[in-house]
Amino acid sequence: MRKQWIALLALAAAACSGGAAGTSAEDLKGQTVEVVGPWTGDEQKNFEKVLQAFTTKTGAEVKYTPAGDELPTVLQTRISGGTPPNVALIAQPGLVAQFARANALKPVSGEVEKAVTEHNAAVWKQLGSVDGKLYGFTFKTANKSAFWYSEKAFKQVGATPPATWDDLIKTSKAISETGLAAVSVGGADGWTLTDWFENVYLRTAGPDNYDKLAKHEIPWTDPSVRKALEELAKLWGDPTLVDGGALQTEFPKSVINVFGEPATAAMVFEADFVASVITTNTKAKVGQDAKFFPFPSVAGSKDAVVAGGDMAVQFKDDKATTELMKFLASPESGEIWAGLGGFLSPNKDIPESAYPDDVTQDLAKRIVDAGDNVRFDMSDLAPAAFGGTKGAGEWKDLQDFLADPKNVDGIMARLEANAAKAYGK
Amino acid sequence: MKLRPSVDVAPGRSPRQAIPFLLPALVVLAALVLYPLVFSLIRSFFDATGDEFVGLRNYVDTFTDPRTLTAFRNNVIWVVVAPAAVTGIGLILAVLTERIRWATAFRLVLFMPMAISLFASGIIFRLVYEETPNQGVVNAVLVGVHDMFSPSSQYPGARPREGYTPTEAGFIADAPARAGDTITLPLVGFSPQDVPAQALPASVPAAGNGEVRGVVWLDVSVGGSAGKVDPIERGLPGIAVEAVRDGQVVARTTTGDDGRFTFPDLASGEVAVRLPSSNFALPFRGLTWLGPSLITPVIISSWIWIMTGFAITFIAAGLSAIPRDALEAARVDGATEWQVFRRVTIPLLSPVLLVVFVTLVINVLKIFELVFVIAPGSVQSEANVLALQMWQVSFGTGGDQGAGSALAVILFLLVAPAMLFNIRRFRRERS
Repeated sequence: MRKQWIALLALAAAACSGGAAGTSAEDLKGQTVEVVGPWTGDEQKNFEKVLQAFTTKTGAEVKYTPAGDELPTVLQTRISGGTPPNVALIAQPGLVAQFARANALKPVSGEVEKAVTEHNAAVWKQLGSVDGKLYGFTFKTANKSAFWYSEKAFKQVGATPPATWDDLIKTSKAISETGLAAVSVGGADGWTLTDWFENVYLRTAGPDNYDKLAKHEIPWTDPSVRKALEELAKLWGDPTLVDGGALQTEFPKSVINVFGEPATAAMVFEADFVASVITTNTKAKVGQDAKFFPFPSVAGSKDAVVAGGDMAVQFKDDKATTELMKFLASPESGEIWAGLGGFLSPNKDIPESAYPDDVTQDLAKRIVDAGDNVRFDMSDLAPAAFGGTKGAGEWKDLQDFLADPKNVDGIMARLEANAAKAYGK
Repeated sequence: MKLRPSVDVAPGRSPRQAIPFLLPALVVLAALVLYPLVFSLIRSFFDATGDEFVGLRNYVDTFTDPRTLTAFRNNVIWVVVAPAAVTGIGLILAVLTERIRWATAFRLVLFMPMAISLFASGIIFRLVYEETPNQGVVNAVLVGVHDMFSPSSQYPGARPREGYTPTEAGFIADAPARAGDTITLPLVGFSPQDVPAQALPASVPAAGNGEVRGVVWLDVSVGGSAGKVDPIERGLPGIAVEAVRDGQVVARTTTGDDGRFTFPDLASGEVAVRLPSSNFALPFRGLTWLGPSLITPVIISSWIWIMTGFAITFIAAGLSAIPRDALEAARVDGATEWQVFRRVTIPLLSPVLLVVFVTLVINVLKIFELVFVIAPGSVQSEANVLALQMWQVSFGTGGDQGAGSALAVILFLLVAPAMLFNIRRFRRERS
């Protein structure tokens, strides 16, 4: 009885998808695909629903292994042990390149490549390519160009979301007149500071320079870096604008400083996941008390978004694996998770209405609209010794800059020295 | 009974017979201790990939890296301060608790921190030393005590909009005032919701003959114009205002509920109006415990909290083994309690104290979790210690396990003398 039901459901699903992929229901029955990804908790549950849809569609079993923050270590161990998973979702493009060059990855099939080209801006395809071959695509992304603000604090001075950096400074000063700090900076975590810098740099120096600096083709002593740091110092350098104790404030705390009771600041800059911190830690309602505006334009720059994301790659190229990659690259899979919340996709063919609320729709739209002006988080592209280590490299240098925003020259010299060491290896 | 010839006359002295019995243990030891030790040593002479022999370069790099040098310095501070403090406190508490009725219960409580994992203790102390007084208990106490003696000001953080220079004494007007002038003094940097309830809407007073008059108000409102008194803006009551001439305060007054103030009889000549800083002093917020300057003492204090129980237990055991008659004899001979403690108890206890001290030194050299958990990312390099540096270099930063192994070897060499000392001591005691 139950079997019949499943068969019926699968048939219905196959009918819905129109059989475009040429895979009819139950084709892959009996095959198992293993996926390793970073998601745990609620995100794991949501991703498993996506995978469930694949099973219903093709009959292949999918086993998901959550690896959390230790994902690089888990994958490295499994590759050297000779038992890699079929598919992995990796947040570090550098790691993807490393695996590709070590021949651990398989290039994606022609069909997947076609889907990636069709559904995404060219910049995403470039991100997944190593030495001219496409190895993966971004399945889930994060919009790291958002300022979240407290509606209440803005109302008190009659402020509207600023569109330019100079407006932001002006609004900040107006807010500070009410005795509230303008921004709360989570400076105890270095990664929030690298995101600040990247957003300003992408706007002042442009995407081309951004790519060069990410590859360390131009030094950190370049005038474009100075310009970005000086713009940042306009905000960071004014003690009435930045909430006190920033260097002891961790990221979640910086969000609570704005939306908790009592609030000590009016704005906090970070990615779309600020929304979930607000929901779990404060009474503020996202969309009503807590809203966001995109990172303002600096000196007339165009729309640009700094993004993070998890890239799907394959270690095997059997039929079931390829089918799963195809499924993940299609808008169909993204739509499922989009509806569950906490998900953004660079896939431009996921309809806006698939996202559950206005705020998420807006965040997703901005990534798609920015098109080729999207850039991947620079510190995630850099060697971990420079862009991803507590108390060292870029993290530490920008923390020192936050402590003393006048010292632009000293910080640039330190950044360059550290970068030279990390990239040199 | 007759001995069989194949059995040794003196059992346990024949290596031939001992080896088969020792072999399993030796294999396990070799696999778990000797092999990793030797492998680390070899690995420390290779580069990050493990393919290229680099000789002593990892060691040279280690000793020229400023982060390692900070870690060294911190380790020295730890070794000098922490074990001595714990041994001292442990000794005092052990002696004091020896004669009370509920000694065991008391010691049990003091020993409890040992039962908590270092990681969890670290998180506890991270919260204890949190900067915001409504989260960190240490700062909450400090602020409570401070505010009892000097209450915070009425308008913390407020400042004049412009035309005033901040000095140590307060905000002083750039433009001089003379009798007959009217001064408007807009303040910002304060929330309209926090203005005292008795405040009345502000208005500019009419000029008075022979008087300096003025109004201090909060120039913050939606749609209000900067520097002008808007209808909904209220005066700030209770602000001290001073008139200064040649650096001397010649008159002093306080604003009323509508924010107005008047200096009635200022002799002819110019004065500068000053708002003393006592009006605006920020509330005392405690200390930045987790900042770069205090972080190592803070972590050491939490380690002391954890390890004191360990020291007490050992020292108390040593105390109970001291012959009572020696103490009694001293007392009968007329020694004071202090003399008994100083001249009898401590010398008799010294072997135990030494063992405790050396064990703590070994423990301190390997300290890792507390630093990792308590120090926020922004000060982790200031709080760094060798074990943490080793972990960061090996696994945290793109994984240079060659340099990490070099650090591990250095750490081992530092711990080894203390270990040898302890082993020798145990052996001597047994013989």
